[in-house]
Amino acid sequence: MSERSQTLARAARLRMNFEAAGAQVVEPPLLQPAGTLLDLYGEDIRARAYVTSDAVRGEQMLRPDFTLPVVQMHMRDGAEPARYTYSGEVFRRQEHDPDRSNEYLQVGYEIFERDDPAGADAEVFALIALQLRGLPLRAATGDIGILMAAVEGLNTTEMRKAALMRHIWRPRRFRSLLDRYAGRSPVPDSRLKLLSSEGPLTGSATVLGKRSEAEVAERVALLREDAAAPPIAENELLALEALMAVRETVPFAVEQMRDIAVDLPAISPALDRLDKRVAALKARGIDIDTLDFEASYGRTSMEYYDGFVFGFYAGSRPDLPPIASGGRYDALTRQLGQEGEIPAVGGVLRPDLMLMLEEGQS
Amino acid sequence: MSLKLGVPSKGRLMEKTFDWFAKRGLTLARTGSEREYAGAIEGVAGMELVLLSAGEIPRELAAGRIHLGVTGTDLVQEKLPLWEQQLEEMQPLGFGHADLILAVPQCWIDVETLDDLDAVAASFRKAHGHRLRIATKYHRLVREFLTEAGVADYQLVDSQGATEGTVKNETAEMVADITSTGETLRANHLKLLSDGLVLQSQATLWRSRVASYSEAEREALKALSALIHGET
Repeated sequence: MSERSQTLARAARLRMNFEAAGAQVVEPPLLQPAGTLLDLYGEDIRARAYVTSDAVRGEQMLRPDFTLPVVQMHMRDGAEPARYTYSGEVFRRQEHDPDRSNEYLQVGYEIFERDDPAGADAEVFALIALQLRGLPLRAATGDIGILMAAVEGLNTTEMRKAALMRHIWRPRRFRSLLDRYAGRSPVPDSRLKLLSSEGPLTGSATVLGKRSEAEVAERVALLREDAAAPPIAENELLALEALMAVRETVPFAVEQMRDIAVDLPAISPALDRLDKRVAALKARGIDIDTLDFEASYGRTSMEYYDGFVFGFYAGSRPDLPPIASGGRYDALTRQLGQEGEIPAVGGVLRPDLMLMLEEGQS
Repeated sequence: MSLKLGVPSKGRLMEKTFDWFAKRGLTLARTGSEREYAGAIEGVAGMELVLLSAGEIPRELAAGRIHLGVTGTDLVQEKLPLWEQQLEEMQPLGFGHADLILAVPQCWIDVETLDDLDAVAASFRKAHGHRLRIATKYHRLVREFLTEAGVADYQLVDSQGATEGTVKNETAEMVADITSTGETLRANHLKLLSDGLVLQSQATLWRSRVASYSEAEREALKALSALIHGET
């Protein structure tokens, strides 16, 4: 059998396993309207996805993943609860890393369910772990929801919290915002001047463009308000930093985060949810004592995960992308589903990489 | 076969390139009529002049169809994501200086830095229902710069000319463009962001790492290098 037909056969088998677990097979189209993807990811998606176009439909993208079309399909006409599986090509530009495939098969499993998020998280993780058994992989897990709860719970202005929340998935900008709100980075001279000047704001500058004078004035008012707000307290800041640095096996990570919750009590409900997930994973036979937990895991991936996140990595091949990955994306259904929303979690496998690792073993 | 040197086929960039090589003992010239893109080289044996549009030179170098080429750093980095692997920078030529910069309307008195830009992009999107538009022809360079800086909620709109005018015409809120003195920006009521310098570019002599080199071509390259480095 050729390499490709072997991969296809493996993908078909994985999808059958997911069907057997109760999932309905779906086959979203290869071409996706570019607008939705751009609205969701911004221009960054252009660095990852192939864009094509015609005169009538405008820009289309070769699907960079399945999650988006599956969510859209579910929001349009899905029953509840629902489990879906799919298998097919996704396309990713690899302009800086031509050794990586720009076209490969993904097989996925997604759950849309309201009642038991911990159970659904554990079901996805355990089912994917089952497909990977025997392979020399390390699993990494995290929970973006804990970080979001920490930001939400800071004793500072709503504006600052919203700005931090918007950049949870961009660690560098998050860092610089945090330094500014904590009073750690110096205020630029231009800003000081702007804040101190009174009277007409735009001065002699010609007003042009779509952003109005009123919008400029509104932001200046916000900046003045922000300059008057006290910095984020030292103990909160240190606790948030300690939280972002947590990297341990699950039992120790939980213990550390419970300590941190003394200074950041807002994360306690998120930690309770983590406890429930851990119990659900244990019930499904996952060895919790050796499972890794990193509080910052998933912050640099595509930005729709907002709860449980996980990935499986080949320890002997650090050059490879994750062999499987997934997570919870409750907010995505809210963004895409005009009216409705439903909690959702899912994950994907790379059958091509699984075969490659198996060959390496034998 | 001969060592192929690609040079911009018209305008000041061509003239200055010819002058630069002439000072180093290499005579480049267009041959035939004004409209015909043929050229000749004297001064190093076994070389051939290829006249091309400056924008095509990066691609020709990366494909190995020419061995050497003169074009701007901006075009090389915009068109070739792996330029460091495909090309070697032999010599910056000291002319054709241009900075790729980000500029916003002067009336945005609240915006001086990328940090401001990011905050404004978020509120602009909320107020207007679309992402803040940046007009440019340097899509890759600008996108990578803004990704690195963690700026979100913007979109790039293509502008192949008269880019500074797009803000007045309200087809974009700001621009990312090449400037040498900043005069056009000021005339169009735009100002630079203090940390918005995407790239400093100048005309540069590049060598293709991809092209194949015969014994004779290697000799010609050696002779050319000696000429260039002897002078500078």
